[in-house]
Amino acid sequence: MSKSLRIIVPVKRVIDYAVKVRVNPAKTDVDRNVKHSMNPFDEIAVEEAVRIKERLPSTEIIAVSCGSAKSQETLRTALAMGADKAIHVEVADDSKLQPLGVAKLLKAIAEEQKPDLIILGKQAIDDDSNQTGQMLAGLLNWPQATFASKVEITDTLAKVTREVDGGLETISSKLPAIITTDLRLNEPRYASLPNIMKAKKKPLTKSTPEQLKVDITPRLETIKVEEPAKRQGGKKVESVDDLIDKLKNEAKVL
Amino acid sequence: MQFNQFSQPHQTRPIFQRFYASASGNSSLLVVEHRNGAVDGSTLNALTAAQALGGDITAIVAGGAPETVAKEIAKYNGITKVLVAKNDAYSHNLPETLAPLLVEAQKKLGFSHVFAGHTAFGKNVLPRVAALLDVAAISDITGIEGADTFVRPIYAGNAIATVKSSDSIKIITVRGTAFPAATTAQNDPAHEAAPEADTAALSEWIGEELIKSDRPDLNSAKRVISGGRGMKNGENFQMLYDMADKIGAAVGASRAAVDAGYVDNSLQIGQTGKIVAPELYIAVGISGAIQHLAGMKDSKTIVAINKDAEAPIFQVADYGLVEDLFKAVPELTQKL
Repeated sequence: MSKSLRIIVPVKRVIDYAVKVRVNPAKTDVDRNVKHSMNPFDEIAVEEAVRIKERLPSTEIIAVSCGSAKSQETLRTALAMGADKAIHVEVADDSKLQPLGVAKLLKAIAEEQKPDLIILGKQAIDDDSNQTGQMLAGLLNWPQATFASKVEITDTLAKVTREVDGGLETISSKLPAIITTDLRLNEPRYASLPNIMKAKKKPLTKSTPEQLKVDITPRLETIKVEEPAKRQGGKKVESVDDLIDKLKNEAKVL
Repeated sequence: MQFNQFSQPHQTRPIFQRFYASASGNSSLLVVEHRNGAVDGSTLNALTAAQALGGDITAIVAGGAPETVAKEIAKYNGITKVLVAKNDAYSHNLPETLAPLLVEAQKKLGFSHVFAGHTAFGKNVLPRVAALLDVAAISDITGIEGADTFVRPIYAGNAIATVKSSDSIKIITVRGTAFPAATTAQNDPAHEAAPEADTAALSEWIGEELIKSDRPDLNSAKRVISGGRGMKNGENFQMLYDMADKIGAAVGASRAAVDAGYVDNSLQIGQTGKIVAPELYIAVGISGAIQHLAGMKDSKTIVAINKDAEAPIFQVADYGLVEDLFKAVPELTQKL
């Protein structure tokens, strides 16, 4: 590879994957006063960008996060993992941001920064939408390689193996392109203490939807949020014979 | 046994009655997913969701040789028209060519709703369509409360959101396990050529490696047996295959088992893998992390076999057997 690459990696701050979320008493949202961290799929996206940079040191990685002031913690994590600079698009209320709005913000940033590649997570583990990368690709009219489990970048092409129902599929896309990451793409590194210290000195610029001239008005109104139906689990059986008997005569599923 | 709102939405709320009065304006486009000349099962679940809205339903079949599939989908209840888009550019479901086609169809025929299954195909294509139309996409719906109001799980199914769209066009992917498959009828809708759209290639399809199996498809299997980290290696999965073959079940896995390389990724059940809701789900050597439960907790009957009596899986299992799986599974297979 000869030319240098510019990669944008959007990252989202979400409730930590290990937290058992609870619906708030007003049934309007979940309780957000819990541990947050970088969306796991976005960690994989940052890791992939950093691995590309390790092969091609002239690569520049720009981490972007849209959200409240606390999104800057997530950007610092991306910088500590190896991103070069960060852009924070500040929005007062995270809950007002939806995939279409984020895709439009990212499009505006892509038009400014002119990246060769944008690597996103395939979905955020809070809204579980699995939309932003595809929407961004549509808005930019770029090719999209979603659910990537293997990525090979050459001068002009991204060859991506995708996880699809029933197995794997390989496509080759012209750059610039959008890639969204599946869990199998890589194993993200932990940021070392020296790198966390260095990350504090890396540039982080701020922007707003107004500066980017993007309307982020939500299109979907959340009317209510409820707890899912509870299962009455917990019944134990004594033996395999007992289990077969229960499945045949009580549950009637055998 | 419980029916929760996820797996049986049509039994817990009157979705079929509430909005017929205003439904005359509804007109849906059903994006037909197909492989090897057959309609994918997820499309038939999405069709049932579209039927719940009322109004006309137009199916669109795109492909290099879409004729057989177009004939097949025409037989299903509720289809009022079939649009056929025959072009080699559509052979491999590339979203860069399919999305402009769906956008053209929407613009020419003015559909109020576009439906597809929430599969790797639907997830890939529909958000791109939504962005091109400048509307929100609504992913993985499990219920329909009105022409603009939908129910969908968030946070790995730990909360259920009801959302109302302010857009004039609703782009929707449907959780297959939440709606029964549509049935065939005496139906003979007209077939029409789909509108022409830009087929410029931004991507090239290189190839695929699909996992061949004689067992039922995970998404639609009535019985599923899944293995987790407790299986210890890939060879031991043979025990699960043996049991699966005896009762006609599909085999799935937890993320731990997939990550450890015991089985292929496409068998993963969970928040980021497949969502299943079979009549019988047998979890073997699976602890029951939040992310795994997201993919199976709407199963009708859940059985857990695990030697750790404290494993979270026992909290959702209808029947739990605390025993070493290497003893219990062969015994179970032998006695079934």
